Amino acid sequence: MASHHISRRDFMKLVTFGAGGVIVAGVGIPAIDYLIAPALRKNAAEVWIPLGPLENFEIGKPVLVNFTRSKVNGWERTANSYGVFVVRKSETEVVVFSNICTHLGCRVNWNETVGGYVCPCHDAEFGPDGSIVRGPQPRPLNRYEGDNLKIEDGVVKIFFSEG
Amino acid sequence: MWKKLFAWLDERLGLNDLYKATLDRPEPRGNWWNTLGSASLFLFLLQGATGIFLTVYYTPSPDHAYDSILYIMNDVAFGWLIRGIHHWGSTLMVLVVFIHMLRVFITASYKYPRELTWIIGVGLLLCTLGMGFTGYLLPWNQRAYWATTVATEIAGAVPFIGDFITKALRGGTDLSALTLSRFFSAHIWMLPAVLAGLIGVHIFLIIKHGESAFPDKED
Repeated sequence: MASHHISRRDFMKLVTFGAGGVIVAGVGIPAIDYLIAPALRKNAAEVWIPLGPLENFEIGKPVLVNFTRSKVNGWERTANSYGVFVVRKSETEVVVFSNICTHLGCRVNWNETVGGYVCPCHDAEFGPDGSIVRGPQPRPLNRYEGDNLKIEDGVVKIFFSEG
Repeated sequence: MWKKLFAWLDERLGLNDLYKATLDRPEPRGNWWNTLGSASLFLFLLQGATGIFLTVYYTPSPDHAYDSILYIMNDVAFGWLIRGIHHWGSTLMVLVVFIHMLRVFITASYKYPRELTWIIGVGLLLCTLGMGFTGYLLPWNQRAYWATTVATEIAGAVPFIGDFITKALRGGTDLSALTLSRFFSAHIWMLPAVLAGLIGVHIFLIIKHGESAFPDKED
């Protein structure tokens, strides 16, 4: 019997599950936004960082320069430490490498005996020019150059951006 | 296709029997007062869900508890909604559980064979109040701090062991980081675990004995 009448029982079922669905969606959809809210936040920083006078760097010897940037994450101000290798090429030329390994983000160290940058996590090895020597890394070390690097009043500066 | 899939699952899980036992069981004449137990269960689940979401951002340390709650309220998308539901839901749950108890008392539904259901219900009421008590401290604002100071001081009025109870509740002589973290632990782990277990037994007993009929002139 194809009837348009709906039994009292089925009607109650429909209303119950319908109301339940509305409640679940009403809490559930905002809850998804609630969970991913920090991922959608812009927390960008762009700034010139002075690394020190060029004349202080010895020619041909990589020097690690650390600097700290703080930013507000949630309810806390987080201080992040960064490091870059400054390599003075000549009287006027300089190269700056990020010390962040291009494999999975550990920090590489300059290894005098190897004559390159070595990552302690998975043995990625980079040459003095930041190129891949061996290991799992997909790219050479990031370098600051062109518009992201300048020497102003004899001081080496890099353009730091994130976010 | 769906019918086949359902039949396959039903054969193995007994879904139909489960449905009949839980949602399709025979009731005495319908009465809205009989729905308060289900309402309590619903509120428990709602509090559980919103509470789990709150722990994503809340930090149970004196340094950050209040700041993390300000962050939830002002900066997280729908944080005000999740916390609002948890806040008002807690009050409503105490109210609904209490009225549920009154109804069972007034209709004398606690009598044979349902004495254990009643006793477990008393445990559920106490746990619910315990949830309210421990949750109240977590914002770590002035009201929370002093309310807990007073309440733990009240517990100290117990003869002989009062002082010990106060210290055990506070985790020391004063309200401190220890108090906050043990209240947090009780609020999100211990009490909910006990509540969930007792609710399971409570519901099992209700399904086993069925709803009690309202007393009539004969009774």
